[in-house]
Amino acid sequence: MTEPVARDVVPTDAPPNAPAELVDDFTPALVDVGLHHLCPGCGEPIAIRSLVEAIAEMMLAQRTVAVFGIGCYTAFSNNLDVEVLQALHGRAPSLATGVKRARPDTVVVTVQGDGDMVSEGLQEVLHAAARGENITCVMLNNGVFGETGGHMTATTVLGQRTKTSLEGRDSVAHGRPILLADLVARLDGAAYVARCAVNSAGQLARTHRLLRRALDTQLAGAGFSFVEVLTMCPTGWFVETADAPQYLEEHLGAVHRAGVLKDVRADAAAEVR
Amino acid sequence: MRSVTTRGTVVIDVEACKGCELCIAACPPGVLHMGTGVNTRGYRYPWLSPGCTGCKACSQICPDFVFQVYKYDTPQDLAVAHAPVGPQP
Amino acid sequence: MPAVPGRRLLQGSEAIAGAMVGAGCRFFAGYPMTPFTEVLEEMAKKLPAVGGVCMNAESELEAIGMAWGAAATGTPSATGSTGQGLSLMQESLAEITLARIPLVVLNMARAQGDYWQATRGGGHGDYRHLVLAPVDVVEAVELIFRAFHLAATWRNPVVVLGDYYLAHTARAVDPSSWSPEPLPPAEWALTGESGGSGHAKLLSFLGSAKQRDGAGYDLAVHYAACADHTARMLKEVPAQVEVGFIEEADVVVVAFGTPGAYVRAAVRDLRADGVRVGFVRPVTLVPFPAEVVAAAARHVRAVAVFENNTGQMLDDVRLAVLGEAPVEFIGGLSLDPSGFGIAPDLDVAVVRRRILSVVERHT
Repeated sequence: MTEPVARDVVPTDAPPNAPAELVDDFTPALVDVGLHHLCPGCGEPIAIRSLVEAIAEMMLAQRTVAVFGIGCYTAFSNNLDVEVLQALHGRAPSLATGVKRARPDTVVVTVQGDGDMVSEGLQEVLHAAARGENITCVMLNNGVFGETGGHMTATTVLGQRTKTSLEGRDSVAHGRPILLADLVARLDGAAYVARCAVNSAGQLARTHRLLRRALDTQLAGAGFSFVEVLTMCPTGWFVETADAPQYLEEHLGAVHRAGVLKDVRADAAAEVR
Repeated sequence: MRSVTTRGTVVIDVEACKGCELCIAACPPGVLHMGTGVNTRGYRYPWLSPGCTGCKACSQICPDFVFQVYKYDTPQDLAVAHAPVGPQP
Repeated sequence: MPAVPGRRLLQGSEAIAGAMVGAGCRFFAGYPMTPFTEVLEEMAKKLPAVGGVCMNAESELEAIGMAWGAAATGTPSATGSTGQGLSLMQESLAEITLARIPLVVLNMARAQGDYWQATRGGGHGDYRHLVLAPVDVVEAVELIFRAFHLAATWRNPVVVLGDYYLAHTARAVDPSSWSPEPLPPAEWALTGESGGSGHAKLLSFLGSAKQRDGAGYDLAVHYAACADHTARMLKEVPAQVEVGFIEEADVVVVAFGTPGAYVRAAVRDLRADGVRVGFVRPVTLVPFPAEVVAAAARHVRAVAVFENNTGQMLDDVRLAVLGEAPVEFIGGLSLDPSGFGIAPDLDVAVVRRRILSVVERHT
C-alpha cells in the first residue's frame, strides 16, 4: 500500500486546455465496452488489449476470426469488434483449424488460458502445431484455473499454492509443470513460438512486438504461430494486486521463461546471410 | 518557484478504476500515486503529478481502460510547491 | 442387355460420400473407425477435386471441432463416426446446436441400433437434432440431400443414422441423375468481414447477442430462444415415413433403418401367404411419425417393434400408441462375434417367424 505524501496534483477529470494530441484512448477501437468484471489487477485484459491493438495496427480487423476458449477471458468474447467463434474448453485449436482450412483468407487467432490449452486441450494445440496450421494461438498463462476460483493447472509451478495444492505444488503429489512453449517449439510444424509477460510496461511492449510477429508469421503462410503471455492473477495467487507483477517474475516467470523460442523465418533469413 | 517540464497528461475514468495500482509502478517518471478518495465502488484511484511524458505506459498496462493519454503540442512548465517524488524504488 | 447409362454399382459409403459432395458439402473431418472409415476415405478422394477440404483428424473430438469451425464460416460441412465415436462428440454436438450452426453428422453404426443416442442425444441440456434413418443406399442418397438442406434451413445439426450394412452394401445408383436442392445462403456465417464495423458477428453457444453493458451473456434469454426455435423446427419439419399393407392388418410392425428392410420383406412374404400384417417404417426418427403410428395402431390387434437393440424406439412407439393396442418387442441385440457385422437375426425367415408368433398370440 502506498502512503500519503504531500504532492502536487494536476487535474485529470477532463481533457487538457492547452493544445494536445490524444495518443491513447480509454478503450482500443476494437473493444466494444471497457467495463468488465474481471478481478482488480488481472493481466488478461492487458494482453487482450495488446492483441486487438496489433490486429488494428496491421489492418486485419476485417479479416479476423478470433476463437475463444473458456476462462475468465471469455468475458471478452462478447466484447470485441472482431468476429468471434466460441469454442469449448481446450478445443479452440480444432475450431480454428476448421475456420482457416475452410476460409484460408481469414486471419485466425485463438485466445485461451493455460487451464484451457495445457490441461484440457493439450492434444489439440500440439496437433494443430504439428500440422503447421496457419493460425496464431495465444495462451494467457497465469498458472491457475482462474474462472473456477484458482485451481492447479498443468502449468502451475512447484511450490505454488492454489486451492488444489494448498501446501504448494509438490512434484510427488502433483507432478511437474508443462512448459508448453518449449514443447510446441520442438514440433516441426511450429514456425514461431514466443513467450512474454504483461507485468511491466517494458514486458508489455515486448509482448506487443511478439504478437505482431506471430500475426505476421500467419500472413506469410509460414506455419503455426504461438505466443504464450504470462499474466497476473492476484486472486488465484493469494497476493495483493500491487505485488502480483513481482510474484509473476519470481515464480511463474522463473520457470516459464520469456524469449523467442523459435522463428523459422528469422532463422532462414540468417542462414541466407 | 520551481517548475517541472510536463510533456503530457491523462484523463482518468475514476469510476472504472479497481485500485490495482499497476499504473503506479509502470509509470517511468513516477508521477502517478494512489489518492485518498474512493469511487462509488469503494476503490481508490490514482492521482497525477506534474512531469507526465505522455508515454502511455499507464494506459497500456491498465486492465480496466481507465486512462486517456494526451501529449502536449508544446511541453508545459508546471509550477510545483512540493519536492517531486519520482519513481518508487 | 446393355447397362442403363449413368447407373453404377457403388458401395454405400461411396454413394453417401458422392451424395454429400453433390449436396454442396465442402468440408469433412473424420477419424477412421470401422464401419465409418470408407466414408472418410471417399471424402478424402472426392473433396479436393471440387476445391473442398477433407481432414483426417487426430481424434473424434478434433474432428467435430474442425467441422464446427468450418461450418461456422458458412461452408456446408459434415463429420461422422460410429456410435462409439459419436459418444466422444456429444458435448460439442450439444453446443453446436446451441450456437445454431448447421452440420450433417453421419453415424455408420456398428451392430447396435443407436436410436437413443441419435434421437435423445448424449449431450447436456435441452437440444434436439433432426434424425434421418435410411433403409438402403438408394434412400440414403436422398436423405443426405435432405439432411444438408434441413441443416442449413434450420441452422441445426442433422444426424443420418446408418450402419454397417449401409456402409458396405453395393447398390446400383445413377449419380448423373442426382439434383439436390441448392442450399440457402448463410448470412449469419463468420467471414471476418464484419470486424471493425461496430457490429462484428459473434457465434457462440452462450448467445450471439452482444450485451454492450459489461454484464456479458444472458444464458436464460439465449436458452429460451433456442427452445422456441427447437419447438418451431419440430412442428414445421414434416415427419417422413413409409407404410405398407396397413389396411386390414391384424398386426403392424414398426422398424427403422436396415432392420426395416427385413421387416418390409417379411411382411410382403406373409401377406402373400394371406397373413394380415403391415409395416410402418419411420424415415425421420426426429420428428418421429407418431401420428402415423397412432393411426395404424387404432385398427390392429397388436403392434410389434423390431430393432437391433434391447428396445429403444420401442419407447417412442409405446408413447405414440398410448395404449390403443398392445405393443410387443420382437427385436433384440443381434451381432456376430466381432461386435459388428452380419447380425444373425437380420434374416427374413427369422423376422417372419417373430411376426407370426405375434399374430398367433393375438388372433
